[in-house]
Parts: sequence; C-alpha cells; structure tokens
Amino acid sequence: MKTVFSYLLPYRLRMALGLCVKVTATLSELLLPYILSHILKNVVAAGALSGILWWGAAMIVFSAVAMVLNVVANRMAAGVARDFAQRLRMDLFSRTLGLSAAQTDAFTLPSLESRITTDTYHVHQFVNMIQRLGIRAPILLVGGIAITLVMDAYLSLVMIAILPLIFATVYLISRRGVPLYVRVQESVDSMIRVVRENAQGIRVIKALSKNDYENRRYDRVNRTLSHDERVAGTVMGVVNPVMNLLMNCGITAVVALSAQRVVGHRSDPETVIAFMQYFHLISMAMMSVSRMFVMYTKCAASSERIAQVLNAPEDPVEIPLESIPHPNAPQVEFENVSFSYTGGHRHLQDVSFSLRQGERLGIIGSTGAGKTTLIKLLMRFYDATEGRIRIHGRDVRTYPHKELTELFGVVLQNDFLYADTVEENIRFGRSLTSEEIRRAAELAQADDFIRGFTEGYAHPLAQKGSNLSGGQKQRLLIARALAANPSILVLDDSSSALDYKTDANLRLALRENLRSTTVITVAQRVSSVKDCDLILVLEEGRVIGRGTHEELLASCPTYREISDSQMGGAFLE
Amino acid sequence: MNKGMPSNKPIPGKERLYQKLDRKTAGAVFRRLSGYVLRHAPLFLAALALTLLSNQLALMGPMYSGEAIDAIAAEGGVQLSTVWENVWKMLICYVVSAILSYGLAVLMIHLSQRIVYTMRRQLFEKLNTLPVTYFDTTPAGDLISRISYDIDTVNSSLSHDLVQVMTSLYTVVGSLFFMWKISKPMILIFCITVPASILFTRYRSKKVRPLFRERSRRIGELNGFAEEMLSGSRTIAAYGREEEICRRFAQRNQESMEAYYRAEYHGAALGPSVNFINNLSISLVTVFGGILYMYSQNGRFAEGALFFITLGGVAQFVQYSRKFAGPINEFANILHEFQSAFSAAERVFRVIDEAPEPPDIPDPLPLHSVRGKVDFENVSFGYTPEKRILHEVSVTAEEGKTIAIVGPTGAGKTTVINLLMRFYDADEGKILIDGKEITSCRREDLRRAFAMVLQETWLFRGTVYENIVYGRENATPDEVRAAARAARIDSYIESLPQGYDTVITDDGVNISKGQRQLITIARAFLSNAPMLILDEATSNVDSRTEIKIREAMDELMRGRTCFVIAHRLSTIQGADLILVIQNGKITEQGNHDALMAKGGFYSTLYLSQFQ
Repeated sequence: MKTVFSYLLPYRLRMALGLCVKVTATLSELLLPYILSHILKNVVAAGALSGILWWGAAMIVFSAVAMVLNVVANRMAAGVARDFAQRLRMDLFSRTLGLSAAQTDAFTLPSLESRITTDTYHVHQFVNMIQRLGIRAPILLVGGIAITLVMDAYLSLVMIAILPLIFATVYLISRRGVPLYVRVQESVDSMIRVVRENAQGIRVIKALSKNDYENRRYDRVNRTLSHDERVAGTVMGVVNPVMNLLMNCGITAVVALSAQRVVGHRSDPETVIAFMQYFHLISMAMMSVSRMFVMYTKCAASSERIAQVLNAPEDPVEIPLESIPHPNAPQVEFENVSFSYTGGHRHLQDVSFSLRQGERLGIIGSTGAGKTTLIKLLMRFYDATEGRIRIHGRDVRTYPHKELTELFGVVLQNDFLYADTVEENIRFGRSLTSEEIRRAAELAQADDFIRGFTEGYAHPLAQKGSNLSGGQKQRLLIARALAANPSILVLDDSSSALDYKTDANLRLALRENLRSTTVITVAQRVSSVKDCDLILVLEEGRVIGRGTHEELLASCPTYREISDSQMGGAFLE
Repeated sequence: MNKGMPSNKPIPGKERLYQKLDRKTAGAVFRRLSGYVLRHAPLFLAALALTLLSNQLALMGPMYSGEAIDAIAAEGGVQLSTVWENVWKMLICYVVSAILSYGLAVLMIHLSQRIVYTMRRQLFEKLNTLPVTYFDTTPAGDLISRISYDIDTVNSSLSHDLVQVMTSLYTVVGSLFFMWKISKPMILIFCITVPASILFTRYRSKKVRPLFRERSRRIGELNGFAEEMLSGSRTIAAYGREEEICRRFAQRNQESMEAYYRAEYHGAALGPSVNFINNLSISLVTVFGGILYMYSQNGRFAEGALFFITLGGVAQFVQYSRKFAGPINEFANILHEFQSAFSAAERVFRVIDEAPEPPDIPDPLPLHSVRGKVDFENVSFGYTPEKRILHEVSVTAEEGKTIAIVGPTGAGKTTVINLLMRFYDADEGKILIDGKEITSCRREDLRRAFAMVLQETWLFRGTVYENIVYGRENATPDEVRAAARAARIDSYIESLPQGYDTVITDDGVNISKGQRQLITIARAFLSNAPMLILDEATSNVDSRTEIKIREAMDELMRGRTCFVIAHRLSTIQGADLILVIQNGKITEQGNHDALMAKGGFYSTLYLSQFQ
C-alpha cells in the first residue's frame, strides 16, 4: 500500500485543492435540511410568504452550488487518478520488463500480466472513487453530526450510537465476504479452463468419445462455481438489509425520544423532520463508506501485488570488474560451469569450453539435456551456480545489461513475433536502416517469401506471427538476429522447421558472409551442427562428447547413435 | 437502493460492447429467458410476493412516522400514546421489511444461480456435440467469453435488475399513491422534476456512452499490448530493447488514460446533476409544503380541504419524494442493462441452437473387432465449397500395414485424417473400413477403432495418471504404468516428486513439450485401438528420445493399420505404402524403393538431404 500510494505524493496539492472544493460542495448540500427545518419552524410561524420564497430560493442556490462544485471536484479527481495511474502503470510495466528470468519464473507471466492490467485498474478506480466518495461521505458524516449536535445534542446521540453498529456490520460481513469472492474468482478460472481445454482438445475428445466424461468434469466445476457464488451472495446479501434496518431504527428512535423531549419543551417537531433528513443523508454516506471498504480491500490486495513487482530487488546485479582482461582471451569461455534452477537437481554440471572469435559451436543432445540452459547462462538470464562464464576474458556479470546484449544476436526457442509489419519485427525497435534489414533477410533466406507478400516488408503479422508458417517464422527470427551484425550469433533450435535445402542454404550463407561472427547453434539435427568447429554432446547436464563431427563419430557412441538415426532423417516442410 | 456491493463487472477492456437487438429477436430472447425463470415458477412467485410485501412495509414506515410527528405537533400538546403506537408500527414495519428483503436477496441468488448453472451446462454439453468445424472456425476465446462474461451479464440482470425493476415500480407507484393521499397539489412539483431528470439522464448517457466505449476499447488495446510484449520478455531482454518497448507502451498508456479522462470528465457531471434535480425537488417541496402548511396553520385552508397539509404531512412528503426519485434516476441505467442482458443471452442461445453433428444413421452397421482394411473410393472434399482440398482420392490400405502420407504443407495430409475420423464428411466418394462404409456406422464405434497422436499435444489440468488413463477409463494402474513404460516416460514420471500424481499445469513449467508428447503417446498405447493415426507424432521429441520410443512404436504399430504423417523421411522410409499428395491429388504411391526408382517428387525430396 505504501509503495503504491507514494505515487500519489506529487499530486497532493491538486488533491488538497479538490478536497476543498468537495468540502464546500458537501457543506452546501448539508445546509438543505437545516433550511427546511428553519422554514417550517420559524418562517412559517412568522407567517411571511416572502420569507418562505427567499429561503426556498436559497435552497435552490445551495443545490446549484453543490452541483457545480461537485462536478468540478469530480473532474479534478479524475485528472489526478489519470496521472497517477499512468505513472504507476508505466513504472510497473518497465520494472516488469526489467525483471530477471528467475524473478519472472517466480512471479509467472500470467500473474505479471494481471498485475499490469487488472490490479492497476483496481487501484486506479479506487484512487478515482476515494477522492469522490471518500471525501463526500466523511464530510456528510461529520458535518451532519455537527449540525445535528447544534440542533439537538441529545437526539444526535442516537445517531452517534447507531453509526458504530453500521460500521461494525459492514466491516464484519465484508471481512467474511471478500475471501468468498476470491474463491468465486478461482472457481470461475477453473470453469473457464475446462472450456478452453475442451475447445482445444475437441479432436482427442471426439476420438476417444469422451463426451460424458467431459460433461461430468464440467459439471463438477460448474457446481462448485454455483455453490461458491451462492455462498458469497448469501453472506454479502446481509449488508444492505441490515444497514437499512439500522438506519430506520435510528429514525424510529429519534421520533420516540423527541416525543418525550417535546413534552418537556426541549425540542420541537420541526427539528425531528430535519433529523430524519440528516439520518437519510448520513446513512447514504455510510453506505458509500461501506462500498469503499470493499473497494479498499480489493485495492489493498492489488497494491500489494503491484508493490511486490516494483520492490523486487535489482537482479541480476552487476559486479565490479576485478582485473583488466587478458587481450588475447578467448571470446566465449565457460569454466567449470554448473547450474540448478531449483537449488536441487543440477541442470548443468561442470561444463567447460572456449571459443575464439569467428569459431562455430554446435550443441546437441536430447530434450532436457541442458542445451537451452547453457544459452540462458551465456546471455545471463540466470547466473551460474558455480564456475565462471567469460566473454572477451570478462566475467559476464561485470557487463552492464545493454553492453552485454549488444554483443548478441539471438533466436530463442519458440521466439517472439508480434503484431506489426515484417520490417518492424526484424528491426525490433533498433535504429536499423531498411537496407540492413533487407540484407539480413536475404542472408536468413527470408527475402524471397517476404517479397511474395503483396505488401512486401510492410506485410502485417498477426499476434505471435500466427499468419506465418513455422519455417517462415524461424527465418524472420534469424533475420532479426543477424540484422545488427552481432559479434556472437546464438541460434537455439531455430531451423527445426526449415526443410533441408533451405537449412543448407542458410548455413552456407552464414559461413560465407559472417566470417568473423562467432556462431553457437543448438540443434537436434546432426546436419545442422556437423560443420561446426566444435560440437558438444550434452546428456543430463553433462558434456559427454566434444570434438568435430568426424571425431565424435569415432569417439562418442551417443553422437553416432543420433547421427545414424538421422540418416535419411531430413525434414520435409 | 444501491446494488449489491461487489459488482460483477467484467475486467476492463474485456467488457462486451453489446449491440442493441432488433424488436423481434429481443422478443424471442425475452420469451426464452422467461422460460428459464418460469421453470422455477414457485421460487419466482415467492420472490414476487416478498418484493411486494417488503416494499409495502418499507413504504408504510414514513406514513407512520408522519402520523407520529403529527401527534407530537398536535395542538393540545403531545399525544404520547399515539406517538408510541406509531413508533411501534414503524419498528415492526422496518424489522419485517429488512427480514423479507434479505429473504428476497437469498431467494434471488438461488433462483439466478439455478438458471445460470443450467445455462452453462446446456452450453457446455452442446459444445461437445458440435462438429469439429465449429471449433476450427470459432476462436476458443469467443466461446469462453460466452460461457463466462455473457452468462455473467445475464446472471447479474436476473439477480439484481429483475428485483430492482419490481421494487422500483412498486416504490414509484406506492410513493405516488401516498403522496397523492397527503397532498394532491404538491404532486405537481414532480411534473417538472421527473421529466427534467429523465430527459437529462437520457441526453447525458447518449453523449457519455460512446466515450465509455472508447475508454474500454483503449484499455483493452493497452492490455493486449502489455500481454503480447510480456510474452516476449526474454527476447526483449536478449536484445536489450526494454527502453524502446517501454516508450511504445508509454504512448498507448497515455492514449488510454486520455480516453479514460474524457469519459470521466463527462461522466463526472452525471451524479451531481441528478443530485441537483433531487435537491431541487426537495427545495420545491419545502417551499410549497411550507406555504401550504402556513396557510393550513393559520386556518386559511380548512382541514380536509384540497390544499390542507399538516407538519407530519410535509415530513412524509419529503421522505416519499426521496424514495420516489431514486428509481426514476436508475431507470435509464436498468433499461440499458436489460438490453445488454438480452444481447448476452442471445449470444448464448445462438451456440445452444447451433446444429450438432448430424445424428448417426438409424440401424448402424456394427463395427466391432475391426481388422483394419481401409478403402478410399474417389473421395473429394473441400472445407468450403469454393476450394477443393482433395480430388477423387482412391487408395486401399491393407490391414496391418503402415501408410505414410507425404506432401507439402496445405496439400491435404491432415484432411485425410479428418475424413477418416469423420471430423468432416467427404463431399463425394466413399470411405470403407473392413468393407463397411463409415457413414453407415456409429461415429463413436468408428472413432474408437483409432488411436491418435497429434502434432499438438493436448493435456488437461489434472494428474499425469488422469491424463494417461484418459485413453481408456477402465484401465488398471498397472496397465497405465505399462503404457507409460512403453512410451518411455515412466522413469521420468517416477522421478517427479509426486510421481503419477503430479498435476500438469497450463503453463507447463514443470513438464517439457517433448515429455508432454510422450504422455499423449502413452495415452494412445493405453487405448489399444486396432488402427493408429500418427500426425507428426514425434515432432516434439528429439532424435535420441525418438530412438528410444521407436521400438515401442514398432511394437504398437505391429498388426495395426497405421496412418502416419511425418516430416522425417526416416519415419516414412519403412512404410508399406507411401502416398505423395500434391494439390489434393495422389501423385505417387508405392513403397520407398518403388518411389525412388520412379524418380519423381519423392525421390527428389529424399535425395536433397545429401546435397
């Protein structure tokens, strides 16, 4: 809550001004019942028709003033809320992008997404509403009580006695009710999940004739959802009747007590009428307060979730350079690197190798052997648990993030394309000329198919590039990786969807045009790595074979096995 | 009164922008929705009765308070006994009314939940009877929004708005009646304020609604952008593009906040203005009431005359006019919400009314102990009439043989599978299994004759065990394990902390793509069908793992007719029959050696890898 509300600080003056306007507006409104009572009690008794008209006109004027000021205050509140939410959401988004891979894993992507969307929205709404209702309600409350105290202190004690009861009711019920709504939301999610699973797996479901099974599965979540909604509704449904009842009891008590007081000439019936009005206003205010209470609970939970991201520690931390690196150091060097995602099982164990500028490294191995993990350590998505990773003799941890990324061109597994033009997807927000982009596309064997689109490089991609084939996507991604002339090119399983011929052309193009670029290729096909200067065979996080294609065929049985299995193992598109 | 506290409003940006229905459709939807309500007629009648009673009591409260005040202000001093009598009456009215209104709330929750539960069930059960075409053409998100947001809209309308309308009507009529009784001339005040209020809200909402729509749209766009970019956060980090992406986000953020402000700017005027009109009513009531009271006091208006009013009368009138104003102001909103609910219901009904897969023919041929001979006779098919995918395909697959289907993307390989499983029916020609035309068998029998492993792994949220046993519900745990062993996934599963009870989650953090594929293979092993369809079945499994399961696969394929679509030539090479499909026609067929000898498309393809 504190972190998020510190974002309101810059607007405190505007908020204070808005508060003043709102207070004035609310006070004008509070005068109405007072005037009402005054007219009935004094003016009528004086028998002055003009008096009634004057005071009536005053009521209308005060109503109008209240309206104008309320509108102004509401608009000011919306302005503050807008500026606040804009800044908060912006910081949250940029902090989210800055999270390390390990932090992102811990938060999980869907959760980060909903923090930026739903949670920010809740906080935004709250800040907007609190400035409106949150000020109006307490003023109505305090002002109302103050005026009634002046009119008849004894009677207003009734009101003061009722208020804590109303508040307690709302508080107690909401405290029980809010968690119930959390549960409802979870049930909604389960219900939606089953529907999504069915829409996606309809072929399997039909193939196995699982209709009844699925209907039963759905019925379970459907029933749970209905039940949870019923429970939550039944609990929260208590609030309104009880509040109405308490308010009406208050009015009744005022009538009853005032009768005694009028007998003793300590009060008069006109005051009772005004009291009933105030009771009405004040209980309306209480209802707003209770609504805000629910909003507050939501907002507090959301703020908490936002603050977790904003306050996430800076990670990974850049460490100081301990010594000037040797000028002749290899470009990429792994020294006894081990790594574990969880702290338990080792996903990489004691991996060492070094590459000189322009050398080609191939990494091959089965699923889960640690190929991608190795790449992630090199790019410093994660820090090695043990050992050192150096680039140009410098520990990767000493590089500022920007400097490190500028060394690389990368295609990750299942990489990211987004809804924009082909050209923008290759450019990826860097300052590259169209020439450079075209050249990269040519090298990546993508130019031909791009020209095949009616709009060429301006061809718009759908989200995730879903309007391209797998092979086309991979070639675009390779073009992106090549476009900025990186000194290290990392291709993680990035040609698996290419047919053999295109793959061969691609490798040829890279070899001939990027002589000084170090290329690291992760692949499952022997053909993709067989020309590399060094091939590492990984199995369960360990290097079980290293050397060139020919050396490995002789020395590494696993490699030979893979190679044999792929004899005649090319892919057709 | 204000509505139940937590609103059921959907997430911003995902709000539906409902179109107004035409009169005829709206009528049909209304009748149908009424049908759901009337199915629970006793509940509904009880709700109706409770509404009337509790509102009647709530309306009587102010009447007694007015009488009490008159008794207090009575000329000969306070008539204490009358006051007390009225106080008791007030108390009873309010207490009973509160109890009844809570009862009503609970009743309505039960009623609406029953209806909503039924609607969701009907919608879902309908889904599974729809042809595969429906899912191929309807995005999953659309279905989800129907079964969640749309039904939710209907729900809140049923549970809130229905009661609110009944209450409002009763309150308006009742208040008018009481006010009529108190003072007929003063009712004239509402001839000014009520139309003013209605006209104003109508005018305002017309102006403001498009702005709110724009606001939702912008926020939706912003959220979409954020979600898309987050899904690429690793790549953005790898290229160090954080700042650039943030800049783009900032622009959209600003646009959406501006749209928000514009909507709020105009929307902010609504509440205070309506409040003003209410206060205006009160002021006018005070002035006129004051004047009438004054003349009633000094005897100008005799008791019982048209213009006569007591102090209590003025007090009651003020209270009733407050009660009266609320529903009138809400009316435009409720009307709008009803329209939304109707459109939402209409979207739900449209799915429920979708044509299901045509029923199986009466007297279907039995399809038990299938041997596995499959014939295609001049089969033609297109997903749309304009575009043929398959032209007069004729093939015979002998029982127990492996048939590999090869060809460029879009040539119609997967279509063959769709027709075999009767996800779609051929436009022309026949498909026969063991000499029986598949359209004359039950779909369920036909589909049970195949086991399928598809390119897209499909697992649901549940344990590993549940996902495998899905292949055959009555399988024993030993059989499940055996299937997992056959798919070479057993030792991996055992290595998980919860073993077979590990829950597979949507984001798949715990289980890799290859392992997911192996689980679906285990599922196919378990189903033990006489025929097999492998559509890129091993595409997510690397070569090493593939070798491991090859043996098991061979075992599985032995004695079964298999249809294989694969990219890897090594998988295809050993097939008994290779079909090359190009442009919807079978251009080559034969085994590997025959096709190589022929020197056509297949051999070019095969040889290209050695270049």
